[in-house]
Amino acid sequence: MKKLSTNKIIIGILSLQGDFKEHSIALEKLNIQHINVRKKNDLDQIDGLIIPGGESTTIIKLLKRTKLFDLVQKKIFNGLPTWGTCAGAILLAKKVTNMDQQTLKILDIEIERNGYGRQANSFTEEVHIGTNKKTTFPGIFIRAPKIKKITKNISCVGMLSNKEIVAIEYKNIFATTFHPELTDDLSMHEYFIKKIVNKDLGSL
Amino acid sequence: MRAKKSKQNEKNKQHRLNIGLAQMLKGGVIMDVVTPEQALLAEQAGACAVMALERVPSDIRASGGVARMSHVKLIESICNSVTIPVMAKVRIGHFVEAQILESIGVDYIDESEVLTPADEEFHITKHDFKTPFVCGARNLGEAVRRIHEGASMIRTKGEAGTGDVVEAVRHMRAINREIEALQKMNPAKLKKFALESKVPISLIEDIRKKKQLPVVNFAAGGIATPADAALMMQLGSEGVFVGSGIFKASKNKKDQMALAKSIVMSVTSFNDPDILKKVSREIISTMKGQSVSNLQNIEKLSLRGK
Repeated sequence: MKKLSTNKIIIGILSLQGDFKEHSIALEKLNIQHINVRKKNDLDQIDGLIIPGGESTTIIKLLKRTKLFDLVQKKIFNGLPTWGTCAGAILLAKKVTNMDQQTLKILDIEIERNGYGRQANSFTEEVHIGTNKKTTFPGIFIRAPKIKKITKNISCVGMLSNKEIVAIEYKNIFATTFHPELTDDLSMHEYFIKKIVNKDLGSL
Repeated sequence: MRAKKSKQNEKNKQHRLNIGLAQMLKGGVIMDVVTPEQALLAEQAGACAVMALERVPSDIRASGGVARMSHVKLIESICNSVTIPVMAKVRIGHFVEAQILESIGVDYIDESEVLTPADEEFHITKHDFKTPFVCGARNLGEAVRRIHEGASMIRTKGEAGTGDVVEAVRHMRAINREIEALQKMNPAKLKKFALESKVPISLIEDIRKKKQLPVVNFAAGGIATPADAALMMQLGSEGVFVGSGIFKASKNKKDQMALAKSIVMSVTSFNDPDILKKVSREIISTMKGQSVSNLQNIEKLSLRGK
């Protein structure tokens, strides 16, 4: 595995609940510095943020209780490169269609929580990345949300063979409804670091 | 041959998804609930999942009799009341209760020593199911047997319904110590351990190499306070089950909510004494409890299902 030469950046992983450790293992393999974000001052030193998989209702409540909610929201609005996986994608969405759920309301998408159903309907499927259909990623979808609607300026990064959109990008924000952190394939983490984090660092 | 192979492949994929759901629960609290109202309270307090039950363990302990899978209607009504994952318990070895829970569509099945065992010889062959299973363990031997049978999540047995954390501590320490001990074993000893545990050597070698179980490991049994929860987390637990602890602490909903919220926060911030102090200040009452050292062996649920 070729290591990325981006030692200077530090990625924060929101570590209130969920599979934050799996993200840190992936970043470790890429030789990317990272910290767990649990308190306000953890946010001061980071160049990018990952919101992991977990239970979105739990994470949102903990964001409120730790008083991180407003700060995280403001930081992302102001350009902090951010990637949400599964629950993280729900948290970034402007609207959850099937229930009254609070989110950070950042990404102009409509998302359906548990869009495929309960655990019995969880599945694995290849995700087609970019325009090149040949590039695929092993998608793990666990009680995953379904992206119902995106606005024109949001670009599709990954889709299933039925054209359902499962990975999107908009400016400093990246969202996947699947869990790259549960696989050994580091290409989504690399994508986030190269395309989303560094892109923004370059403009500073 | 090819059909068999592809069936195995499907099973492996399902197992990966099932371990994955447990990974999503990490750093969270799974709360026992006996009504849809309690399930909602748990969800609002920040529980990452609920365990749907007819009676919490301390009531099962008090009332005696045979404890079975909960009523289907109760489990269904709890499934319909919350958006977080719902787990439910079956008796050890009772694979038909598990078939029924799978048909209901619960997200996780707990093959639990808290209910009266249905089979004293065999646990459920969990590989036969699509629905994931969590099982209790007192030591590494029990943990690997359950994993070999197909469990995709392990929890300490602790001593459910007592509000006494001592057994959960004992079980978590035992598992940690035995994983550590694998590091120093030569191939002959590893083989002996695998034989004694009645599991393939490859599973033991995998645990030795990774220095951890191949599935998520939670704490359960006797956890009653935010400090108990944080204690289990500091001992290496990846999350916590709270059974009787919350709804037996008080009859008052406000008090229950305060305790539930406080335990959720203590699991998130288990390493931060200032926050643990703060959340401990919020609680109004905790369950009375019953010391495990006063129990006869026959009263210990943790001795069921080895």
